[in-house]
This record gives sequence, structure tokens and C-alpha cells, in this order.
Amino acid sequence: MRRAKLDIKSYPGFFAITLVCLLILYAPLLVVTVYSLNDSNSITNWEGVSLRWYVDVFSGPESQKFKAAAWNSFTIAIIAATVATTIATLAATAMIRSGAFKLRSLSFGLISLPLMVPEIVLAVATLIFFNSVGFTRGYGTILIAHIAFCIPFAYLPIAARMQGIDASYEQAAQDLYATKRQAFTRILLPMMMPGVISGFLLAFIVSLDDFIITNFVKGAGIETLPTAIFGSVKQGIKPNIMAISTLLLGVSILLVTISYVVSKSEKTK
Amino acid sequence: MSDSRKIAIDVRGAVKRYGDFTALNTVSLSIYDNEFFTLLGPSGCGKTTLLRMIAGFEEVTEGAIFLFGDEIADLPPNKRPVNTVFQNYALFPQMTVLDNVAFGLEMRGQSRPESRRAAGEMLELVQLSDFASRRPAQLSGGQQQRVALARALAPKPKVLLLDEPLSALDLKLRKAMQMELKHLQRETGITFIFVTHDQEEALTMSDRIAVMSAGALQQLGAARDIYERPHNMFVADFIGETNLLEVTVREVRDGRAICSLGGGHILSGKSDQEVRIGARVHISVRPERLFMSDAPTDAEGLRGRVRENIFAGTDITTLVDLDEGPNLVVRTSNSDRGNKRIFEPGSAVYVNMEQEAARLLMD
Repeated sequence: MRRAKLDIKSYPGFFAITLVCLLILYAPLLVVTVYSLNDSNSITNWEGVSLRWYVDVFSGPESQKFKAAAWNSFTIAIIAATVATTIATLAATAMIRSGAFKLRSLSFGLISLPLMVPEIVLAVATLIFFNSVGFTRGYGTILIAHIAFCIPFAYLPIAARMQGIDASYEQAAQDLYATKRQAFTRILLPMMMPGVISGFLLAFIVSLDDFIITNFVKGAGIETLPTAIFGSVKQGIKPNIMAISTLLLGVSILLVTISYVVSKSEKTK
Repeated sequence: MSDSRKIAIDVRGAVKRYGDFTALNTVSLSIYDNEFFTLLGPSGCGKTTLLRMIAGFEEVTEGAIFLFGDEIADLPPNKRPVNTVFQNYALFPQMTVLDNVAFGLEMRGQSRPESRRAAGEMLELVQLSDFASRRPAQLSGGQQQRVALARALAPKPKVLLLDEPLSALDLKLRKAMQMELKHLQRETGITFIFVTHDQEEALTMSDRIAVMSAGALQQLGAARDIYERPHNMFVADFIGETNLLEVTVREVRDGRAICSLGGGHILSGKSDQEVRIGARVHISVRPERLFMSDAPTDAEGLRGRVRENIFAGTDITTLVDLDEGPNLVVRTSNSDRGNKRIFEPGSAVYVNMEQEAARLLMD
């Protein structure tokens, strides 16, 4: 290893920094995951491995609340991600396939701005909007808000994918007697599919995970998983929260992996 | 080329402008049925723009385009019975080779089995039947090229447009594909419009060539015509290699302009246009139409000295410095060595030309 100093690709000290970063990022997740398996009523004393808190999530005293919240979360995430992905696909087609139009960079800015705006500002603004148009807060308002903030997340991977597809493919399709619509559905859309799937999964995770905006616009009597977890935690952290969190973590990792594999498999083609 | 032949594509006063930039400036030309027609020119000359206007990918700013007598300039690409072979082939990656070739037929309303059968026949024609179920990415560049060709020919278009389709292939494959394209054109009887910047390719393959530059048509004619009788300096310089000599017209006799090159050199050239005594013009003469001797063969022998000989397989290129004048490139084919002499570097020689070889060019 003495020669490593001569290696221009080696930067001294980076390994240590990397370790610290990984530790800060993943140690809490690791602790939650491990302690979700703790056979104890306390969240700090380790009393052996058991799945009792997972059982508690599905059949314990709070299970009704969590089941309802999970149902809300997943249905909202699926609907919001679907609608947002559709809108984002159409937006990307319009932005990238219609040539250079005057307000193109402004349009792109408008689409991606919500990513840069502090979420609390968006939450307050959305709340004020719903109040001023007189919407009753509930499932519907959460859904509308989720669709809105999911669009930029869905847009980015879809637009990136579309940018990589040469315009000649649609031209070839139209040259071979396909109408514009056929050229889009038969040629462009299948070629964009990896981007669309990535966009959908990203939107789904962001919706599933959202707390701040949801908390503002949800109204009384309806919870999503993040707000339900927060509600429980306010009354003291119990081990069942760790079990739920671990389950959510599992879902997220699964979706991100799928998204990664999809985009990867397409690139190696 | 009699005028009684059917005209496949008639471009009349076509103009293409992008904002202030004029890509194509009032081009008119007729392309005959069953012709291998080439649009030739350097990049940015407007040849691809014209092709894309015929295909329907670019709108015509001014002028009209007729396909067998029907105005097509306002039709979308899917309503025009012409097909394109794209420079990057644009094969649909998610489809098999067979489905790619069948796509146009299916879009034209043929049933799936019927279009697949016809696509299979097309693949046979380009000798790719064994690859029908593969994806385009699994094929080599040359094979992809042939699939693109089969796909564009399958719907039996009235005109096939080819946008520099051979530019991505290596030299050997390109030569083979040139022959194959030529044969395909003969076999199918479809009018081919071929775009290229490679003048050698154009000369090899075309029945007629339109030489373009700066958005305008420079010359239109048979390959041989364009090579031997260029209309202007651009064509003479762009097509093949030539010696361009700036001369002053001294007198005109029997349709030939006797010119002086300076340094006492006299040479004459044939011109289709009226020439004025005293005008500064150019004379173009192809290197292979020059030959060397150690004594003047007539009054127009140009005195010079051999600088070097360059051996290039089929021929030898000799650079000759004229006494008090420019230098000349002389090419001697190896099969011609019996009649034409090669001189060692440093030898004093006279460079002579065949009477018909020198062309007078005004601009």
C-alpha cells in the first residue's frame, strides 16, 4: 500500500469522510430496523428478538388507525402518481417535441420550481388556496395537493429520457404512414417507458412519504401513514412505530430498486 | 434523357427560410421516374433541407413540389407515398427486425399477417431473412442499414429518399453498399433520391447529379457531364480534383479562348459562354487529362520542372512547378504508362493537354 501515495486517483482522507457520512446517514435507520425486532415494551432496553411489534401493527390497539392511514396513503400515492405521470408525460412531449418556442425556459422553470421552494411555503399556499376556493379539507384536498407536487418529480426522469430520443424515430414512423397519434403511442411512448416508470415510482414514493403539505391540507379525521405516525409519536415513541417505519423503509427500498433496475436494463440495450 | 420521360418529382421555385436565414434559395429541378438522382454538395448547402421538404419534415416557405403531377407541399409526411432511409437509420429499438419492416405496411392498413409476409419477402431481398426475429441493436451497422432500406422499400413508395445513408459505414462496406443500392434501384424500378457530400459516391451511383452550394443549384446533369463540363468554379473544384488556373483572355478563335497565364505561358480553353478580350477568367483542367513530354508537342506546351511523384496504387500523381507560374497536378494512370511518360523529380518537362480537356470558367 505504500505505492498508493503515487496513485493520482487516491485522495488521502476521503475514506474516513465517506465512513462518517455513511454512519450519519444510515446508523439511525439501522437502529430503527434492529429495535423494531425488540421483544420489549421499552424502546431502549434490548430483550431479545421477536416479531411482536409487527404483529401489533396489524392487530394491536392502534391497528385500525394505521390500517386506515395506510389505505389512504397507498390509494392517494397510486392515484396521484398516475395522474402526475400522465400530466408530466404530456408536458415533456410538449416541451421537448414542439421545437424551440419562446417561453420554453420559463415553462421549464415553472415546472421545476416547486422542487426548489421550501415545502412549508407550498403547504401554506396550498392551504390558503383551498380555503379561498372553499374546498372542504379531506381526502380530496390531499389528493389534489399530492398530484400537484408530484408533477415535477415525475417530469424530470421522463424529460431526461425523452431528450435522449432522437426526433428521427417519430419522423420515421410518420414517414411510414403513421399518424401523429400513432407515432406517439406506437413508437415514442414505448421508447420513453423506462423514464415514465421511473417518474411514476419517484412520484409514488414522494407522495407516500409526504408529511408537511399533507398535514396542512388533510383536515380533521383523516390520516395518512406519515401523519398517523407523527400523531402516535407525539404521545411517546412505542416500538410499533419502529415496526411501521421499517415496513415503509422496505417499500421505499423496493420501489427505488425497481426504478433503478428498469433504467439500468434499458441503458445496456 | 428525353423529355418524354415521366417526371417523378418536380420542385418549382422551392425556398426554405429559417427566420432571416435562407437555407434553400429558389431551387427548381425535375427528377425523372426510375432515376437514381443525387443531391450533392458540402454540408450546409441545402441538400438535406430539400430532401426533408420532399419527405414532408420541413415546410416549404415558398414554391411547390409535385409528385407525379400532384402537389404535395401541404401534405403531412404520412400522406406522401415517399419513404426515407435516415442517416441514423432510426430503426425502432423495441421492435424486431421483421416488425420494423412490416410497420409501414401495417400503418397503411394491411393486416398483420399480410404485412409480415410482405416484410419477410423484403428481408429476403436484402438477404437478412435469418435476422427477422432479432432486435436492431443486435445487428451490425451494415445490417441495420439494410433493414432501414427494406423498411423504407416495403410499402413500395413511389420515390425513395436516402439521407446520407452510407456515411456511418467503413470504406469497404460502403463500396459494397453502393453497388447493392444501385442494383436495388434497378430491380425495384423505384426513383431514388440520394443525398451525399461524397462526390465520388455521387459519380459512382447516379444517373444524374444536382450539385448544390449555399442553398442554390449549381449544376444539374449526368455524372460524366458534370465531371467533364463543369459550369462554374465551384462545380469544377468540388467534383473530383482539378487544376484551376487564373488567366487573361487574349483572343477568341473558333469558339476557343486563347489565354495567357503569365510567365509567357499560353493555353486555350473551350467556353459555352461569350468571353470578352482582356477578361480575367479561370481555366479548369483535370489532372488525368494532362501529360508530360520533354519537347513541346504544340504551341501550348507549358514549361516546368517536376517537383515530385506520388505513387497511389492505380496511378501516379506528379507535381510540376511551371516556370514563373503556378504548379500543376498531373495524373498518370499505371495502365497508361505505355503512352505517357513519368519523369524523375528535377527534370525539365513540357506539360500538354488534350484540346477538349481545358474548360473556361467565368466565376
